[in-house]
Amino acid sequence: MTSEVEKVDGGRRHFLLVATTVTGIAGAAMTAVPFLASWKPSARAQALGAPVEQDISKLEPGAMVKVNWRGQAIFIVRRSPEMMKQLEDPALDGRLRDPKSEQSEQPKYAQNELRSLKPEFLVLVGVCTHLGCAPLSRFQPADAELGADWPGGFYCPCHGSKFDLAGRVFKDVPAPTNLKVPPYRFVTDDVVQVGVDAEVA
Amino acid sequence: MSATMQEKGRMAQLVDWIDARFPMTRFMKEHASEYYAPKNFNFWYYFGSLALVVLVLQIVTGIFLTMNYKPSAADAFASVEYIMRDVEWGWLIRYMHSTGASAFFIVVYLHMFRGLMYGSYKNPRELVWIFGMLIYLCLMAEAFFGYLLPWGNMSYWGAQVIVSLFGAIPGIGESLVEWIRGDYYISDITLNRFFALHVIALPLALVFLVIAHIFALHEVGSNNPDGVEIKKLKGPDGHPVDGIPFHPYYTVKDLVGFIVFAMLFALVLFFAPEMGGYFLEHANFDPANPLQTPEHIAPVWYFTPFYAILRAVPNKLLGVALMGAAVILFVFLPWLDRSKVKSIRYRGWLFRGFLGAFAVSFIALGYLGLQPATPGYTLAARFFAVVYFAFFLLMPWYTRIDQTKPVPERVTYHAH
Repeated sequence: MTSEVEKVDGGRRHFLLVATTVTGIAGAAMTAVPFLASWKPSARAQALGAPVEQDISKLEPGAMVKVNWRGQAIFIVRRSPEMMKQLEDPALDGRLRDPKSEQSEQPKYAQNELRSLKPEFLVLVGVCTHLGCAPLSRFQPADAELGADWPGGFYCPCHGSKFDLAGRVFKDVPAPTNLKVPPYRFVTDDVVQVGVDAEVA
Repeated sequence: MSATMQEKGRMAQLVDWIDARFPMTRFMKEHASEYYAPKNFNFWYYFGSLALVVLVLQIVTGIFLTMNYKPSAADAFASVEYIMRDVEWGWLIRYMHSTGASAFFIVVYLHMFRGLMYGSYKNPRELVWIFGMLIYLCLMAEAFFGYLLPWGNMSYWGAQVIVSLFGAIPGIGESLVEWIRGDYYISDITLNRFFALHVIALPLALVFLVIAHIFALHEVGSNNPDGVEIKKLKGPDGHPVDGIPFHPYYTVKDLVGFIVFAMLFALVLFFAPEMGGYFLEHANFDPANPLQTPEHIAPVWYFTPFYAILRAVPNKLLGVALMGAAVILFVFLPWLDRSKVKSIRYRGWLFRGFLGAFAVSFIALGYLGLQPATPGYTLAARFFAVVYFAFFLLMPWYTRIDQTKPVPERVTYHAH
């Protein structure tokens, strides 16, 4: 009986157990890769995310047009002189969380006070940086609902986040960062293309 | 006479034949006719069996809905309208499923509250409780995936908001969100994927977890309103003196509960299936529109307590973390509770006060989550969120110093 027990090579058993377990786990992990990767955007989804163009020559000052790019609303606003005046108000920066857009997402060429290539045109991803709702345009200053000191901008109806006329987020709202600026460029003076970066001189 | 004798003999022979090949009789005995449950179960003990009934209802109605539903962005909304208008009795099956979703949460919340009152999560029922919490998590995911399927505008934006929650995770957030959606926005791809999860992956997990929940329960035995362990006192027959066989005593009792439940369910089903916008939200009668958020966005009522906590925090990551914590904290109750007694009947006023405040704050947060986020409501949500978390986080303290009463040897029971 004891000789039977002595014959069992415990070290060898242990080695084989560990070796097979590790091999098995590695195999299972590798098998999981195709299944997990199948959840990524497919080739078709990527192709459908191609750039879109919008003619802005007929856009009135103070008006906004929405373009659909990758299923998201892209806001294109032609800022009027009154709007620009609101943005130049020196008191405004103090009310914003990230006035210089240091923590926010935008292409390099839009990382400026007005967050745009051309001061007149504002191009934004119309998706609240909080939880992805579509903010509403509330361009009229001193809006009845948003208070007398409202300088005009965007308001998200879901959780009350507020953004100014450059898409910069106000303090004390749930959204953490400014509205995103998509990659865009001017094909001609009248046509904006969203989805392609501008070549900055 | 002899014919019936022979008939019986054949039946018994068949049972013997099966039992030699499959543990049918043993299984029935273990889980029904010889599963001894405490004899003092009260009203609160209906909700476990009712949850099982609703699960079956959801699975059966769900199977029939998939026969006419089309999980694509182009067809989904119209196929639901088709079920409602053109399929024979389609409206009934669909309303049963949508009403069943809300009924499921009502029953499960009451079932969980019963556990809180009578300390059903305490030693030795920790695993019963944890399996139960996993069921609850699965149920939340199931409800969330299912809510996208009608492809109404509230479906769409609800999914958009909840999927975006994962974007708050530092570093990997954005790519995780893209991976979940399988696209740059909530699209046909997302819908198709949620359909698969809703009709097969999660129901399978749910059924498995329900079996584990019941097996764990039948291993340790049911708790009761007195929180007395009936297994401590056994009669000469080896069965607990305060226990009665689940079948027929509680199968019959639960049948009465089921009939009353079915009456209430039918009332909602036939007279108020939308429940004034609480069971089926009005904004969901517009098809999904990726470019237009509904004016007022709110999840269905059963998620609003957690949604109110999310909104109350003016920081995205912290809000998401606290919302997650509000759900997950339940898992730790068996270890947060340091009291020597299980049932509220023998606990002191400190625990009763905290439990009462918790129940009030849960309902208040549920109400606030349905309202627009005005400053006044946000302040109220912050207050109730603090009360909500205090129930869990202060529990080790107040359950230890609470003045408890002596627990009787046997369950209190008054024969009718």
